[in-house]
Amino acid sequence: MARRYDSRTTIFSPEGRLYQVEYAMEAISNAGAAIGLRAVDGVVLAAEKKITSKLLDTNAVGVRREKMYKLDDHVACAVAGITADANILINTCRLAAQRYTLTYQEPIPVEQLVRALCDNKQGYTQYGGLRPFGVSLLYAGWDDDRQFQLYQSDPSGNYGGWKATAIGGNHAAAQNLLKQEYKDDITMTDAVKLIVKVLSKTMDSTTLTPDKVELSTIMRNEETGRVVYKVYDEADLKPLLDAVNEEKEKDKEKES
Amino acid sequence: MEYLMGMRCNDFVMLACDTTAVQQIITIKHDEDKLIPIDSHKLMGVAGEPGDRVQFSEFILANIRLYAARNNRELSTSATAHFTRGELATALRKRPYMANLLIAGFDKAGGPSLYWMDYLATMHKMNIAGTGYGSYFVLSMFDKLWRKDLNESEALDLMLKGIDEVKKRLVVAPPSYVIKIIDANGTRTIKTVTDPAVA
Repeated sequence: MARRYDSRTTIFSPEGRLYQVEYAMEAISNAGAAIGLRAVDGVVLAAEKKITSKLLDTNAVGVRREKMYKLDDHVACAVAGITADANILINTCRLAAQRYTLTYQEPIPVEQLVRALCDNKQGYTQYGGLRPFGVSLLYAGWDDDRQFQLYQSDPSGNYGGWKATAIGGNHAAAQNLLKQEYKDDITMTDAVKLIVKVLSKTMDSTTLTPDKVELSTIMRNEETGRVVYKVYDEADLKPLLDAVNEEKEKDKEKES
Repeated sequence: MEYLMGMRCNDFVMLACDTTAVQQIITIKHDEDKLIPIDSHKLMGVAGEPGDRVQFSEFILANIRLYAARNNRELSTSATAHFTRGELATALRKRPYMANLLIAGFDKAGGPSLYWMDYLATMHKMNIAGTGYGSYFVLSMFDKLWRKDLNESEALDLMLKGIDEVKKRLVVAPPSYVIKIIDANGTRTIKTVTDPAVA
């Protein structure tokens, strides 16, 4: 009889749950993890790339960068879940950001962008015949009012601001590790190292390679005041991953 | 005829306007305030068709307040000016508002600023700006005498001098005026000029 309550998104079950929304969140738990961390001087996002095959054209659009998207000059996001759904949401985000700029000739405050998208997502949990988006997002951004910010949103349309958080597969494990290791005065140099370490704990494979990891940062050029979005390429990633791999190796030796 | 004048200095913006309400050839009122407060640190001076003036300024005001309520933050003066210009430009090709504007404000981050706008939705960020016949005399006067580092009383003297010039030279000079200032502390009226004959 479960079918009576989970075939439509708009119907509460007798226990007061919305099954379709919960299933959507379940779908995300099977995806590769994405982790965000806010430091004093920036925000860093990292994600696991699940599609790896020798035959993949690693330079093709959508393969080279699977989960990191720039939304506006001052906001970027990482996604976990159904990529096709994510593309729609990202389009909505970019549209909202440009609409705001057109109206006010100012960049949209990060929270307003997050809220605009979440209002959209919430609609899909209430109107009949529609399926919620199977995507959670991490947003990293900077604005005048609140400086560096990190937000997370889920399929229900809930969102919140975080110092460090994780979504996708094994996110609970990542969050535990972040809780232990996060410091309020962490700088970007340390944050990037920490995030790679945390990401490695969520992944099945023992060694990290650049084709499995995506990493990007939002920082600010102190001189010009411009927000800089940087995506780490293979050359940038290699030394970071190697350092973490080495550390892991050492830990293993100690244990044995 | 309707007179709006504004000047921006280092620490404040000052606005002046006439306070007459005119119907055809009759002045029906001498205390019509055309400098409308948008929020604690912003003023919008509106000159033009009286109906449009009220309709448009109320519409903009409601939208700016709605934004503040929804987003828990106030728009900057620049964002307010750009938003207003956008609305004026959209209306221009549908049902235009016959209103010329001055938008002035003081932002924590950016300090004082002054925007001039006409009914065709042309906008400029200015140090001195004005609309109406009166401004033709006063703009050239301010060109000579305005300095960025004027203090409040010097600026007020200059503003009063401008009003005197309008009264002296303009055939259709209004008899009464109000002068307001916006600085870090917000907006306040600093002077009203009233002709004894109409007081």
